[in-house]
Amino acid sequence: MKKFNIIIYKIIITLLLTTGSLNSAEMTDPIKVDWSFKGITGTFDRASLQRGFQVYKEVCSSCHSMQYLSYRNLGEPGGPEFTEAEVKAIAASFEVTDGPDNQGEMFTRPGRPSDMFVSPHPNKEAAAAANGGAYPPDMSVLVKARKGGANYIYSVLVGYEDPPPGVTLDDGVYYNKYMIGNKIKMPNNLMDGLVEYADGTESTVDQMAKDVTTFLAWAAEPELEERHKTGVKVIIYLVLLTILVYLSMKKIWSRIDSEV
Amino acid sequence: MSEHEYVPKSKAAKWFNDRLPLLTLGAHLTDYPTPKNLNYWWTFGGILTFCLITQIVTGIVLAMHYVAHADLAFGSVEHIMRNVNYGWLIRYIHSNGASMFFLAVYIHIFRSLFYGSYKSPREIIWILGLLIYLLMMAAAFLGYVLPWGQMSFWGATVITNLFSAIPLVGESITTWLWGAYSVDNPTLNRFFSLHYLFPFLILGLVVLHIWALHIPGNNNPVGIDIKKPSKDTVPFHPYITIKDAFALLMFMIIFAGFVFFSPNILGHSDNYIPANPLVTPAHIVPEWYLLPFYAILRSVPDKLGGVILMFSAIFILFVLPWLDTSKVRSAVFRPIYRQFFWILVIDVLMLGYVGAMPAEGIYLVLARVGTIYYFLHFIVVLPVVGLLEKTDPIPMSISEPVITGGAEPSLARKLNEKV
Ligand code: HEC
Ligand code: HEM
Repeated sequence: MKKFNIIIYKIIITLLLTTGSLNSAEMTDPIKVDWSFKGITGTFDRASLQRGFQVYKEVCSSCHSMQYLSYRNLGEPGGPEFTEAEVKAIAASFEVTDGPDNQGEMFTRPGRPSDMFVSPHPNKEAAAAANGGAYPPDMSVLVKARKGGANYIYSVLVGYEDPPPGVTLDDGVYYNKYMIGNKIKMPNNLMDGLVEYADGTESTVDQMAKDVTTFLAWAAEPELEERHKTGVKVIIYLVLLTILVYLSMKKIWSRIDSEV
Repeated sequence: MSEHEYVPKSKAAKWFNDRLPLLTLGAHLTDYPTPKNLNYWWTFGGILTFCLITQIVTGIVLAMHYVAHADLAFGSVEHIMRNVNYGWLIRYIHSNGASMFFLAVYIHIFRSLFYGSYKSPREIIWILGLLIYLLMMAAAFLGYVLPWGQMSFWGATVITNLFSAIPLVGESITTWLWGAYSVDNPTLNRFFSLHYLFPFLILGLVVLHIWALHIPGNNNPVGIDIKKPSKDTVPFHPYITIKDAFALLMFMIIFAGFVFFSPNILGHSDNYIPANPLVTPAHIVPEWYLLPFYAILRSVPDKLGGVILMFSAIFILFVLPWLDTSKVRSAVFRPIYRQFFWILVIDVLMLGYVGAMPAEGIYLVLARVGTIYYFLHFIVVLPVVGLLEKTDPIPMSISEPVITGGAEPSLARKLNEKV
């Protein structure tokens, strides 16, 4: 039995090794951060999520869309958990295009919690055109869409540097050692004191980068806390059931002169 | 096959059973005499059945919310993840379920290779199994296209382009498969249709596979024919059902570990980027379970050659029962074959590893060596070892000690019958 388990795990580990480790071009390995949402019981830091949303709203949302989220998500369990009133106020601070009305005209109205996040640009092409031809990717699942996940996003945000001697960059291209090829077409948006946190936390670049990354990690996996909680219960249940079934198996097989 | 006729107890049941003998079938499945020495490698058949049912049930629920349209597919998967009750759970079970399915099928196939389960009289079981495996690969490939991420799109492009290597008609076939001049909305639509169909074809083949199995009965670790029912067998229920349940539960614990704690580790992050025909990913890699074949494909500099070799790698398995010249089934009694078996396992794992790497430098060399060895194993090693190897003495029956000399499994049965 033990041998069987060891073999299974060996196979799985080998498989994991084969799917990982694909390093290409020049780029530095991302910084490892000890996120609160890591591990099998990981949860999000509520305050960090709220601050992260503030950074997203005040900084990133002028370029990046987040089209798969709605404002109501901000009040749901496992997320930033803003109060109902706060969610309403946040939604109402955005102008939403609706319609057509009974005259066939489109009109704008203040947002409601059920609305999807308003995108800064009408389409991908417009977003790219406004950014010197580089499309700022939609942020709904960005953390899952990059190898390295949250560590990578955080690293990019704090990874801006002056280019080393000998490296010349075109206009609108910046040096960032965590990007593939060390080049990024997004300017460094974060500087100390950029936002004024409602909870009084000091807004250093590092703090903002951590907060907004936490927020993006939640946005990509809003089910994470529920998944972890359910997972622990499911595994405990399965283990107990396995023990019971094992004992019954031993009992049943003891009727004959054979091993299981 | 059941030795005694089953007679239903109640009159109504008898009435029904005379018209459609479902109860007889049930009785046959319950009493089915099974070798009592089956080890845990034999539990994967049940595990595979569980995997298939899981994929079908979760798949049908996904299909209720999924939209097979190039502009909407990616968003509809996000909708499942965010807005459908327990949608994330259903999708993660389905996507990790595919991986678990392949993990189980690979163990199941290598079990057959080790214990010689493909040999007479089980050739048809083996061939049906390979057909199931082929359809599984097709179904998984088609399914991987559905979320319409970057890897979906480019994986579909690479694989469908393989057909363009066929001389003369290749280009037309590829266009026909696409239903367009590149992988596009019509492609996605037909892939969804086929992805829905294939699992049910698999289900049909599974029924045939098990039917064919119930003619000769299970092989066993000793690899000898046994008399059924006898003191070497146990009724399927409760002995095998409880053991299968135990193994399945352990399998489910590993499965749940993936689903709840690292649901995306077996996938590729690029598939969370919506498909974009204008941007080619740096490395296009298939899912892990197709990597050994991908390595074989890329080990040949010529496209047509690579395609032929890749398909041969699967089709050679169909003639395996006739390539293996040894009369002894189980590798337990084949000291030389046993070593080659493990070399083959390592070879396939290595091919999987290099399949994930860029096809250059040392990886290309390893891919070529691995490919050549793979074919050598089946074409040269198996026939030759079977003829030259001196096998160990084989026991006459499962419960009896080894008698010396008998290297003929059929002999063991003949002696048995007289007992
Ligand atoms: C001035 C517009 C602008 C703002 C504001 C902005 N970004 Fe970007 N961002 C871009 C553009 C353009 C790209 C695409 C860069 C490229 O492709 O090289 C990008 C790319 C990214 C990437 C992807 C890097 C990769 O691996 O492809 C991340 C992560 C990112 N932005 C995070 C943020 C965060 C977090 C904020 C808010 C703190 C933010 N951005 C604010 C324009 C912006
Ligand atoms: C042999 C059994 C099956 C296998 C191996 C299989 C495999 C897969 C795979 C690998 C994916 C991509 C997962 C992802 O990354 O999201 C997928 C997606 C999907 N499958 Fe299946 N599948 C099977 C059966 C079914 C059945 C029976 C149905 C429906 C009746 C179904 C419906 C779907 C749908 C709608 C999707 C897209 C949603 C998604 O991507 O999560 N599948 N399948």
